[in-house]
Amino acid sequence: MPHIVTDNCRLCLFTECVEHCPVQCFHADAERIYIDPEVCIDCGACVPVCPVQAIHDVIDMADEHHVWILVNAERARDLPVVQAKREPLPTAVARRAELGF
Amino acid sequence: MTGPIHIAIVGSGPSGFYAAEALLRADPRLRVDMFERLPTPFGLVRSGVAPDHPKLKEVCRVFEQIAGLEGFRYFGNLAVGEALSVDELRAAYHAVVLACGASIDRKMGIPGEALPNVHAATEFVGWYNGHPDFRDLTFDLSQETVAIVGHGNVAADVARILAKPVDELRHTDIAAHALEVLAASRVREIEIIGRRGPAQAKFTPRELRELGEIDGCVAVSEAFELDPTCRAELADRGNVNAVKNVESFQRFAVHAELSGKRVLRFRFCLSPRRLFGTAHVEGMTMVRNRLVGPAFAQTAEPTEVTETLACGLVFKSIGYRGQPVVGLPYAAESGTVPHDEGRVVERGCAVAGVYVTGWLKRGATGIIGTNRADSIETVRSLLADLPALSAGGKSGAEALLPAVRARGVAPVSLDGWHRLDAAEMERGRVAGKPREKFTRVAEMLAVVGEGLA
Repeated sequence: MPHIVTDNCRLCLFTECVEHCPVQCFHADAERIYIDPEVCIDCGACVPVCPVQAIHDVIDMADEHHVWILVNAERARDLPVVQAKREPLPTAVARRAELGF
Repeated sequence: MTGPIHIAIVGSGPSGFYAAEALLRADPRLRVDMFERLPTPFGLVRSGVAPDHPKLKEVCRVFEQIAGLEGFRYFGNLAVGEALSVDELRAAYHAVVLACGASIDRKMGIPGEALPNVHAATEFVGWYNGHPDFRDLTFDLSQETVAIVGHGNVAADVARILAKPVDELRHTDIAAHALEVLAASRVREIEIIGRRGPAQAKFTPRELRELGEIDGCVAVSEAFELDPTCRAELADRGNVNAVKNVESFQRFAVHAELSGKRVLRFRFCLSPRRLFGTAHVEGMTMVRNRLVGPAFAQTAEPTEVTETLACGLVFKSIGYRGQPVVGLPYAAESGTVPHDEGRVVERGCAVAGVYVTGWLKRGATGIIGTNRADSIETVRSLLADLPALSAGGKSGAEALLPAVRARGVAPVSLDGWHRLDAAEMERGRVAGKPREKFTRVAEMLAVVGEGLA
């Protein structure tokens, strides 16, 4: 079972995860990032570096996050790989505060 | 300047490959020559990642892609510091990136450490993973009780390999010689001893959880209480891993039926003080610690209370140090090369053109992906220095290889590694395994077929 990105990423896109991912499994649209479950090797390196704790190991995440398994798989398939860390979205600071991090 | 810029990377593990990737994607003028002392690349992904974690080893596909980038060359079987000095590299390259890891195990520094059956955990890991340096070690798995000192992922790997039914390892790439010894194992009890408490254990949560899910084995935690400082640590939202680890330990603390099963027992706040035995280790005396200091900086302070554990085999996994590089600075305490954002620093001054990344830079912490971010940082520094570095003609490996060959060393190329890789996979296919590694350098070189000619 892979890792997934939850809605916490939306309007943040800090992309710390991208630099820590050993296999380039992150794909993004304009708002947030997704993990390609076919490529993720479940190392967990991205989990502690996300400023808004958007990334979870499917094996022990809360039930409310299960909806994101399919979303990550489908969106990652259609979107390009993020090669390098980017500047966070302009909305990131406000969104992070809203999430309480 | 418009000509090629030659960069040498010493070491072919994750930090080396991610440095190569960051360099080659940054500037088309860059050429990367990677030097590895073994014929085989990939460092601890090959010789550290446990054979029953094949998914993690898929990262090798990424390393192969990096190796395929324009401007990359691989020189295996070429030990920097032996066949070639760092000074020679510095003379031939615009910049040198040290990515040679941390392979020296920390000593406990207590009486009895030299007794037979007391090993560094990494020796066992290297042995079951078929690393040539550890090929001829022997491990006495006729012992029923084993102590593993340390609460990190290396300790977890050793515990799991000892605890797992051997049939679950038969179809992995574990070395054949290790499989044979594990099949005859009489190990029943595995004590995993940490100097601090459950909230400070360094396991990644997935590795710890996995220790509770082994067939025919029960994971047990000694009872523990979390003092207010530990509770404050766990209440910190950034401390997710510790919360998950403590949850696992709490599950393990529930009374379980142990009869007829192997037992993994987690012990907390204990430090070995003395190992004793005659022909081999028979036990150790440990002192009970208490935690002192503020949250996230709690240290283990010994009390007057001691206890004795009977055990016939001991693995120590209490950290690793990098190997000092001749002619370069070294911080003995941390076992790392001093640096400023990856620039090697000596007495406050940067050593021109020399960089460090990975475990040799930050110490033996973090997982595979941690090295990618780390190497990106080091390469960022190197790229910023390029205008100063690229002055002066350097020709890379061409200038060095005649001297290397004259010393009787035949470097293994990327093609050579691919021949070896294919041969290992073919041997594995025959044995019902993904790979059957060659475990001796001479065997590897024979398969590579790149002789001195």
